Amino acid sequence: MSKPKGFEKPVGVKDYLPHAVSKLRGIERSVLDCMLRWGYEQIMTPTLEYYDTVGVASATSDQKLFKLLNQRGTTIVLRSDMTAPIARVVGSLLKEHSFPLRLSYHASVFRAFEEDAGREAEFFQTGVELVGDASPEADAEVIALAIASLQAAGVRSFKIAVGHVGFLNGLFEETLPGREAEQEELKACLLQRDHVGYRRILGSLSLDEGWRAELEGILRLRGGQEVCEQALQLSLNEGARKAIRHLCEMWDVLAAYGVQEHVLIDLTMIGDFSYYTGMTFEGYAANLGFPVCSGGRYDNLLAQFGRPAPATGFALKTTRILEVVEEEPSAPEKTLIVYTAEARGQALAEAERLRADGRIAVTEIAADPAEADRLRLKARQNGGVTHKGTEYGEVVVFGLGEGGVRG
Amino acid sequence: MTENGGILKVAMPKGRIYKQASKLFREAGLPIPEDFDDSRRLIIPVPEAGMEFIMAKPVDVPTYVEYGVADIGVVGKDVMMEEAKDVYELLDLGIARCRMSVIGLPDWKPVIHPRVATKYPKVASQYFREHGQQVEVIKLNGSIELAPLIGLADRIVDMVETGQTLRENGLVEMKEMFQVTSRLIANRVSYRMKNAAIQSLCDRLSAVIPAQGGV
Repeated sequence: MSKPKGFEKPVGVKDYLPHAVSKLRGIERSVLDCMLRWGYEQIMTPTLEYYDTVGVASATSDQKLFKLLNQRGTTIVLRSDMTAPIARVVGSLLKEHSFPLRLSYHASVFRAFEEDAGREAEFFQTGVELVGDASPEADAEVIALAIASLQAAGVRSFKIAVGHVGFLNGLFEETLPGREAEQEELKACLLQRDHVGYRRILGSLSLDEGWRAELEGILRLRGGQEVCEQALQLSLNEGARKAIRHLCEMWDVLAAYGVQEHVLIDLTMIGDFSYYTGMTFEGYAANLGFPVCSGGRYDNLLAQFGRPAPATGFALKTTRILEVVEEEPSAPEKTLIVYTAEARGQALAEAERLRADGRIAVTEIAADPAEADRLRLKARQNGGVTHKGTEYGEVVVFGLGEGGVRG
Repeated sequence: MTENGGILKVAMPKGRIYKQASKLFREAGLPIPEDFDDSRRLIIPVPEAGMEFIMAKPVDVPTYVEYGVADIGVVGKDVMMEEAKDVYELLDLGIARCRMSVIGLPDWKPVIHPRVATKYPKVASQYFREHGQQVEVIKLNGSIELAPLIGLADRIVDMVETGQTLRENGLVEMKEMFQVTSRLIANRVSYRMKNAAIQSLCDRLSAVIPAQGGV
């Protein structure tokens, strides 16, 4: 690649100008406030972590981790999510803190470059982890909180799809006992969302016809609670039954929260099998082609940090939510205070008074006091004025005659 | 379950696949005119079916669908394999049937520095790696058959429908890699947010898809 030009930055990273930042901060504040009201307290962890600890434990595949070497040659990663760093903190600094732990975060995370536009190398996530509670109540709590958070962020129309890795594991174990390679092939197809490939592999397996029909039928298992009931009709082994019962109980809790209209059960929705251990979910917003949140249960992660415990959580993709929420109401009006050198003290005192009042005040020494007064009149006549590229609701002039002349 | 958005946006490939795909859609009871292909319009609403058709270059169809500017799309498996986009592959439409093959001159012998010319560099690289061969892959954009004739590459990887072009140029199909048909694909979010509309379209299309012979 040729030497970058002065305006260029690496692929996948973004600048945020004041307008976007104010919107982003608004979303971040509303969501973190919402999480706090559910008892989740915010935590911050460093951007850099060791590859051998957090890097290896994270759900991000190795080639998507940003790696660097420190002076001693130890491999360092830029955090690729917040879940593994939080697990590290729970296993160390918070070791004596009893369970359940409710933690929230807002942070930028990093994924190694992908060539396509729209695939970001650095993006914001806002999320929670609920550590030390294995119950369906806990899983339903994080889903209900994900819904409340999306609403707090201003996302109007959305759906959450929930699945459970235990169902497919159990179903494959029962229908294809001991045939692990074939199970893996089928799971890989579902993971890649390749239903055509899934049906073709099924068609080529030597399998009882009833089982074949059932395995093909799961592609249609999407909907509300009735999906769980349909799934229980299949003659399932204990693992799969347990998964479905867990989902049924979660559904009851979600109904009690009054949020089940947003929730869809999809038993083919699977996350990374090596990471998630129970329910998994994804959130989708209308008019946005990519999911806006994802989460699930990961009961094996904490053990890697010396404190085995069940855990569940989710992350909102805040950067994407930015694209779907409506414009924030415009920022509060600014006041421009223009002064002559003689009236500087008065002018700055007035600015201080406005700021203490929570207003925005910008000060400027007048190059031409008569011009400043014309600006003041114009602002008064039109209810605002643009001066040097910035809009002001009001102009106050000090140093012309007595005191401040308000616009 | 409420459906959002209403209109289903469908990315259709212009050219070879379009006629067969639109025929299939019409057989499934979706009133798509036959002559879209000749029209220069790029967006064609069909309000009576609750759909809007976006006419795209075939290799771009998965991109439109991945980004969600189209909810679903029709695209060849060859493009799916090459583009490797994150979309749902819902149905094998069984149309535009052909095959991806390794092709060379009849007197081909292994060479020390093998070179393979193709429009599908990812597919070709992956295939030869899986078969334990390290080859240099050269990306071409058309007239792939030229490459072995003029010595740019010793073999090519390309789609074969009837084999007519190969025969006319004195080339032979050395190995069939996989069968190619057109697929119905869906965006990850649309698959959930427009679940009912997409499922009903799948069901209607499944009912009229030609028998999956030869797979």
